[in-house]
Amino acid sequence: MEKKLDLILENAIKAIDASETLEELETIRVKYLGKKGEVTNILKNMGSLPNEMKPIIGKKGNITRNKIEGKLKKYKKVLEEKQLEEQLRKENIDVTIPGIKRERGHQHPISKMVDELSDIFIGMGFMVAEGPEIETVYNNFDALNSPEDHPSRSQSDTFYINDELLLRTQTSPVQIRTMIDQEPPIKVISPGRCFRFDELDATHSPMFHQIEGLVVDENITMADLKGTLDLIAKRVFGEQTKTKFRPHDFPFTEPSAEVDVTCFKCGGEGCRFCSGNGWIEILGCGMVHPNVLEECGIDSEKYSGFAFGMGIDRIAMLKYEIDDIRILFENDVRFLKQF
Amino acid sequence: MLVPINWLNNYVKIDDMSIDHLEKELIMSGSNTEGVVNLADGFENIVIGQIETIESHPNADTLFVMQVNVGSEKIQIITSATNCNVNDYVPVALDGAVIADGTKIKKGKLRGETSEGMLCSLEEMGFNKSVIPQKYVHGIYILNGEYTLGEAIKTALKLDDPIVEFEITPNRPDCLSMLGMARETAATFDKELSLPELSINKEIEDVNDYVTIKIQDEDLCARYAGRVIKNVEIKESPAWLQLALMKAGVRPTNNVVDITNYIMLEYGQPIHAFDLDTLEGNQIIVRRAKKDEKIITLDDVERKLTADNLVICDAKQPVAIAGIMGGDETEVKQGTKNILIEVANFDAKNIRESSKSLGLRSEASSRYEKGISPSIVKDTADRVCHLIEKLGAGTIVKGIVDKYPRKVEEQSIEVRVNRVNDLLGTKISAEEMMAILEKLKIKAQLKDDVIVATPPLFRLDLKKEIDFVEEIARIFGYENIEKTLPEGNTWGDRTYSQKLEVLTKEILFSNGVSEITTYSFVSPSILDDLRLSKESYLRRFVELENPLGEEFSMMRTTLLANMLKVIKNNYNRNIKEARLFELGNIFVPKQVPVIDEPYEKKRLVISSYGESETFFTMKGVLENVLEGLGLNDYRLLKETNNPTYHPGKCATVESKGKVIGTIGEMHPKTMENFDVDERIYMIDLDYDEILDQSDIDIKFESIPKYPSIERDIALLVKKDISHQEIVDVINDYGGKHLVKVTLFDIYEGEQIDEGYKSMAYNLIFRSKERTLKEKEVTKKYELVIKKIEEELDAELR
Repeated sequence: MEKKLDLILENAIKAIDASETLEELETIRVKYLGKKGEVTNILKNMGSLPNEMKPIIGKKGNITRNKIEGKLKKYKKVLEEKQLEEQLRKENIDVTIPGIKRERGHQHPISKMVDELSDIFIGMGFMVAEGPEIETVYNNFDALNSPEDHPSRSQSDTFYINDELLLRTQTSPVQIRTMIDQEPPIKVISPGRCFRFDELDATHSPMFHQIEGLVVDENITMADLKGTLDLIAKRVFGEQTKTKFRPHDFPFTEPSAEVDVTCFKCGGEGCRFCSGNGWIEILGCGMVHPNVLEECGIDSEKYSGFAFGMGIDRIAMLKYEIDDIRILFENDVRFLKQF
Repeated sequence: MLVPINWLNNYVKIDDMSIDHLEKELIMSGSNTEGVVNLADGFENIVIGQIETIESHPNADTLFVMQVNVGSEKIQIITSATNCNVNDYVPVALDGAVIADGTKIKKGKLRGETSEGMLCSLEEMGFNKSVIPQKYVHGIYILNGEYTLGEAIKTALKLDDPIVEFEITPNRPDCLSMLGMARETAATFDKELSLPELSINKEIEDVNDYVTIKIQDEDLCARYAGRVIKNVEIKESPAWLQLALMKAGVRPTNNVVDITNYIMLEYGQPIHAFDLDTLEGNQIIVRRAKKDEKIITLDDVERKLTADNLVICDAKQPVAIAGIMGGDETEVKQGTKNILIEVANFDAKNIRESSKSLGLRSEASSRYEKGISPSIVKDTADRVCHLIEKLGAGTIVKGIVDKYPRKVEEQSIEVRVNRVNDLLGTKISAEEMMAILEKLKIKAQLKDDVIVATPPLFRLDLKKEIDFVEEIARIFGYENIEKTLPEGNTWGDRTYSQKLEVLTKEILFSNGVSEITTYSFVSPSILDDLRLSKESYLRRFVELENPLGEEFSMMRTTLLANMLKVIKNNYNRNIKEARLFELGNIFVPKQVPVIDEPYEKKRLVISSYGESETFFTMKGVLENVLEGLGLNDYRLLKETNNPTYHPGKCATVESKGKVIGTIGEMHPKTMENFDVDERIYMIDLDYDEILDQSDIDIKFESIPKYPSIERDIALLVKKDISHQEIVDVINDYGGKHLVKVTLFDIYEGEQIDEGYKSMAYNLIFRSKERTLKEKEVTKKYELVIKKIEEELDAELR
């Protein structure tokens, strides 16, 4: 019997050593240690042994079983390792094959510019106001102190619906609405679409986008206007940006100014973007004309304010180096995907 | 306004400063420029020569051989010019010269004869055809007078003269003149102003013997003055006058016309000359025209007048349309002996309206429209006479007939010193302010804290205190004002609806949809292109009175057309797939034709095409958008009657009992109208309504603690039963623990009977409070099956 156990052990070990798959190992386990396994049988049939043999065989049987189990375990691990390695090797891939992308949608550069500018202004304490695209002649011209004969009122400059209604030529009417509605202090920006009777070509479009701002409070000065716009220019175009205020004339501001910023392509050296003079005209601004304040029911002796405006399409075209304004409204997917 | 520096220098000494410095300072004091041109920079090596002999070219009929003395040598020039004569002084481009268009002149042979240079025309020296006198348009420029042979043309004709183009803003019509710009220059550089010479040496007789003037309509004519010149000699103007005019952009004609134009540029005052002998009764009457009265103007066109047009008449009839154009009959021509000089002031608004209604514009009318002060009339009239005498063009009759019914008087305005500093944020002293005003010829007196300012009569724009704030600021220098920030903190933010728009766009971007921007106006033809029914309310639109063309004549009532056009453009450019959206306004008139402000409503359209797009991929986008904005109770109801869409693939979207939009595949015929042969999907939503129903307040829902029990149902139903109908029954009878119903299979293949389909659902049951028992779920499950079989005539598979 003992010899038999030795032989079983020897065979088992041989078989295990020779096995190559986990299935084979399992077969071996079943053969020797399973319900009808050879070792199991011996241990099961110990009852028929002489009494003095029982403990000896029992012990040896268990040792045999443990040895086989141990070896099985070890080998199983080895085989499992091998199998994993084999699997990993088979799963080798060419990592340079293109990835499978989920395309994201893109924001239109104009709307992106509006959001960026709005964020800058919000960070400076401005609320964002909106207004209708179809406006009254009153809000678009009269309340803005525009003289009756101002050339911009003519049908060769402005789109009319009837004698009283037109397509707004600037977003300042929103400021009029705000001033009529609210008491100072007022600090708003009004981005939006505007319309002018301009043939569509590379640099002109009958519809364009503006963003205008208004601050009305006690003790607002032109120095505040300069400081605010200088700060905004730096936020929008970079910390190195300088501003230059030149006298100009607008009906609803007095004094009025046009603001140039140092060319953000060449830093003021002169290049083709700034036509060589180092400055780019960006903004129109000024102190709100007392007539305008009074027209909106604001006491011009107690309050003063400043207003400013800039064309978004133009700035976007400069910033992104888009050379034809029509591209903005064609919405070619290959254009949209760049932003 | 073109201002040659030499001309400006007559009134204010600026030849000692660089043009760069001049330009920079003037821009900063309020006169913006649009460029500087110096003709002399455009050419090289053109000198004065005198023609000694002219012979025909032996080998060419149309050419001449000339011997020209250019001082240092005599050279031979071959030319085709026919307007020169022996002894004429002419501009000669020497060998190696460069003319205005960049062409280099080289010695060479022309048909066998050597040419050592070229005779030049004014165009070749850089002048625009539009300013060249008629006789020199096709031909060589002949210099009148004595010149030094070989002298550079640049110096001889003073062509080395920068011409600055100033941008004149509407509030400063007085700057549309050399004197106006000279005043600005004098104020900017604190220099003396020299006014033009007005003296006349010899005056004869009395002007009142020659003409009487009566203004009948004083409201339209504030002042009318006349002076008379006798024994007029119409001839070519001297070179200095012609060149000055040409540089300033005006074509010279003859001495009288040129003088009037010169003075118009000098003072900003239009001047008209009449042939005195053609004026009936030697009378001038300024009145409104009678209805249907006629006049033939200088351009030989007969014009019919209305009672709104102001005319200048003699005893018989209108002889000029006031301020706009003179009449043909009284024009000053060769042979005119005596002239009446008109210097007048007309109402700006009336001139503008007449000019518009008659369709007639002139340099004079455009100046009157912008506004001129009547105070400059007399000086201008005297100046005309001074120049006429100087040029020997006639004899001046003594006196001026000057009707000035609406005399302008100087006004004084109070300017508070504190107010100026408060508005500008400066600390300018009263004395400094007054010094600035004095520079601008504004008389200033200090009365306590208030400056009493009296602007000169030629300034039409200084009427209120605020106007002086600007004057002080610009001369003080905007660059000298500090930069400060307003005090106080304010809260900046977007409104709820703006925030929701930001969120909506984010959801769309994350669903791969890109944003487009299109015009608010469209062509009315889209209404038919979209196959809208005749009664569709989308056909009621706001129309533009003066559109940029049919294509942009209607304010859009839908975003669909623009989107389809964008799709079309991309499709035609071979873009294989796209997902696009637009969030924008449509316009709904309250009445047609429009009286009140129309409604502006916000809509959202989303469109797509491409191999992987289907109705359901788009429905997925719709679901993400609605759910992302907090609308969870929406339903899709099949819509078969919308002509724009495919009748079998269209649905109305409803939420909380309101229609919020449409989703579908476009009708093939609609796409035919847009030239696209591809399946196009569209979602068209009422964004205002969605905004109203939106709910983005997040409330945490506890994560399920207890395990769920799942059951599957496979059903055989008639083809026309919708998924919604089945789900509704399942939800109605599934009980409160039924938390999720998912469709996971639809099958209509071989094993299914004709007219039927198989739908398989997965049901998940779960309780928040405890673990459900199998028995409970089975009970509900069986009830659901029973009800489906009953109500939908379905079978379990």
